[in-house]
Amino acid sequence: MSTFNDPFDADRNLQSGCVCGQHASAGEHEAALTLRCEPVESEEKRYEGVVASAVMRAMFPQDGARRAFLKSVGASTALAALSQFFPLKTATEAFAQAGAPEKKDLKVGFIPITCATPIIMAAPMGFYSKHGLNVEVVKTAGWAVVRDKTINKEYDAAHMLAPMPIAISLGLGANPVPFAVPAIENINGQGITLAMKHKDKRDPKDWKGMKFAIPFDYSMHNYLLRYYLAEHGLDPDTDVQLRSVPPPEMVANLRADNIDGFLAPDNICQRAIYDGVGFMHILSKEIWDGHPCCSFAASREFITTAPNSFAALTRAIVDATAFASKAENRKQIAEAIAPANYINAPVTVLEQVLTGTYADGLGGVKTDAKRVDFDPFPWQSFAVWMLTQMKRWGQIKGDVDYKAVAEQVYLATDTKKLMTEMGLSPPASAYKSFAVMGKTFDPAKPEDYVASFKIRKAS
Amino acid sequence: MNSSLRLRAGLVSIVLLAAFLGIWHLATRSTGATTTMSPEYAKLMGLTATQGKSTMPGPLDVGAKLLEHLKRPFYDNGPNDKGLGIQLAYSIARVGTGYLLAVLVAIPLGFLIGMSPLLSKALDPFIQVLKPISPLAWMPLALYTIKDSSVSAIFVIFICSIWPMLLNTVFGVASVRKEWINVARTLEVGTVRRAFTVILPAAAPTILTGMRISVGIAWLVIVAAEMLVGGTGIGYYVWNEWNNLSITNVIIAILLIGVIGMLLDQILARFTRMVTFPE
Repeated sequence: MSTFNDPFDADRNLQSGCVCGQHASAGEHEAALTLRCEPVESEEKRYEGVVASAVMRAMFPQDGARRAFLKSVGASTALAALSQFFPLKTATEAFAQAGAPEKKDLKVGFIPITCATPIIMAAPMGFYSKHGLNVEVVKTAGWAVVRDKTINKEYDAAHMLAPMPIAISLGLGANPVPFAVPAIENINGQGITLAMKHKDKRDPKDWKGMKFAIPFDYSMHNYLLRYYLAEHGLDPDTDVQLRSVPPPEMVANLRADNIDGFLAPDNICQRAIYDGVGFMHILSKEIWDGHPCCSFAASREFITTAPNSFAALTRAIVDATAFASKAENRKQIAEAIAPANYINAPVTVLEQVLTGTYADGLGGVKTDAKRVDFDPFPWQSFAVWMLTQMKRWGQIKGDVDYKAVAEQVYLATDTKKLMTEMGLSPPASAYKSFAVMGKTFDPAKPEDYVASFKIRKAS
Repeated sequence: MNSSLRLRAGLVSIVLLAAFLGIWHLATRSTGATTTMSPEYAKLMGLTATQGKSTMPGPLDVGAKLLEHLKRPFYDNGPNDKGLGIQLAYSIARVGTGYLLAVLVAIPLGFLIGMSPLLSKALDPFIQVLKPISPLAWMPLALYTIKDSSVSAIFVIFICSIWPMLLNTVFGVASVRKEWINVARTLEVGTVRRAFTVILPAAAPTILTGMRISVGIAWLVIVAAEMLVGGTGIGYYVWNEWNNLSITNVIIAILLIGVIGMLLDQILARFTRMVTFPE
């Protein structure tokens, strides 16, 4: 579906027929709910479209009159006529930078993994400066340090694991500080990598007693690995050992035989393969296709004190995410983020992750264009799912108001508004149901979901 | 003969270095293609997997890379990629600040404790407990309470380099020969004057030995601190290159850390010689 709608198309209904204004009816809109935002050829064109729509709407408040006008003169003449009286280009530029940012020089922290792609590439590829910001992206040593530096306000916003802002807001493993997520950094993009000596042990039932590394307790990596093990009848707390290990140390530990495998963010999995120490058991996509991985997060305080800066930052990230979701841009992105200033990894490794044509470590070349994908919309049902897993594994105890927490942390409403302004088409609802390893999750019944698991920590 | 001994020692050093480099070179040679793989697959793999290249770089790799770094030590490619010269300068500045603060606290405090046997006994258990704490243990606490990562790094340098200086100052001041103090007392020298003209010169060599140990510790600590805090400095550089699993650059950083540490130690050794007196 194209998100760019030509305002000079006579048959297009500019007075919205549905919430987002892109479908003829609410029903059609619902059908498109599962669709992702897909970028058009250029962001400028998209903005032009949004601005032109607004102008046309202002000039012809009545739909019939506009249709008649367009039919009689044709779209190109209309555009020329409109441009004469109204400086569309200038208006577009002004629109792209709506609301002067309170603070232009910002610091955004990131962890050097491909999940941070939109945050990182927005700097060398000019997405931040396009939205009037001067952003310094700062590489950070680990998730705990990212958390502390963001809470300390050294960073204005940061790359975090998707469950981290929820954990911080709830005060798990930190002082409770209200945090918010305006955009998801990436979906999919992780994998289970095992040491070469286990290449014949592909059935998880044989994994009893093995040692696995995960990057952080409050991470999708932790929840997905636990889920995967539990579905195969292993209790992740008693049958295997899970260790928190920073990503770069994972490959070194795998080589040194200290761990048997890991569920890690990408470019780490591929790096282990590239160096010949491990192979890809499965992609995390095979556990849950379309799962969120990392998020873009800021404190509530930053959002209230500098709302325009925050909006511009979110726009830049959403823009970059839209650009990254196009397969043909991926090679260019890999080159932009590979240098020492950013991820600091061989370009071949990043290219394999981003393009999805990769060596599996066992001598085969596999292709999966959605190995890592980008979709910024912060589904609140994702947050509910994470909360169910926090509950399942004993990270939170007692009653949880799943919906309230999800809605407080995942800013779906604001992002939806922003995306609509940018000419993208966000989904109408912030909740969707999805399946994890074939088991359907209903965001309306989180307690039943938690109770349905046989293997979980007794609370 | 003294000069011939030096010459012979130099020769032995060179032979040892050559032997070390030779063994290193032989041990890290690549073994050639190990397994057969399709060219399409091989293109996606690293040299270790395809050529059997050792995961440890050889001396030639390190030498070439070192030369490259020495040619442009001060480049600046943005916040996360700066030349080695800049990284070292950041580290030295941090160590300098933390260390000077420690000197300002440790020496006067050590002096007071050393002159009062009561205080010395009372504070000893605290000092003994605090002394062996590793910098990495202080780091989370510092980050959490100070809420500023660069100040935290300086604080960790401070807290780790203070103890040897303090203990040595206490020891130096407390063990000034009784005769000298008694002579000063007979001549009715005031307390302040006695401290500066009798005790300080007498304790100076011990104090400077403490300072020399401390600067070594401060330089040890900075790498660990910067690995955690990130941003700039040689410790961050090591972490960043480890992230890329680039052992070549890690070895270069280790070499430079050693050289700078030696220089710092030599500077203080020279000061120590200046205040040493024959008894």
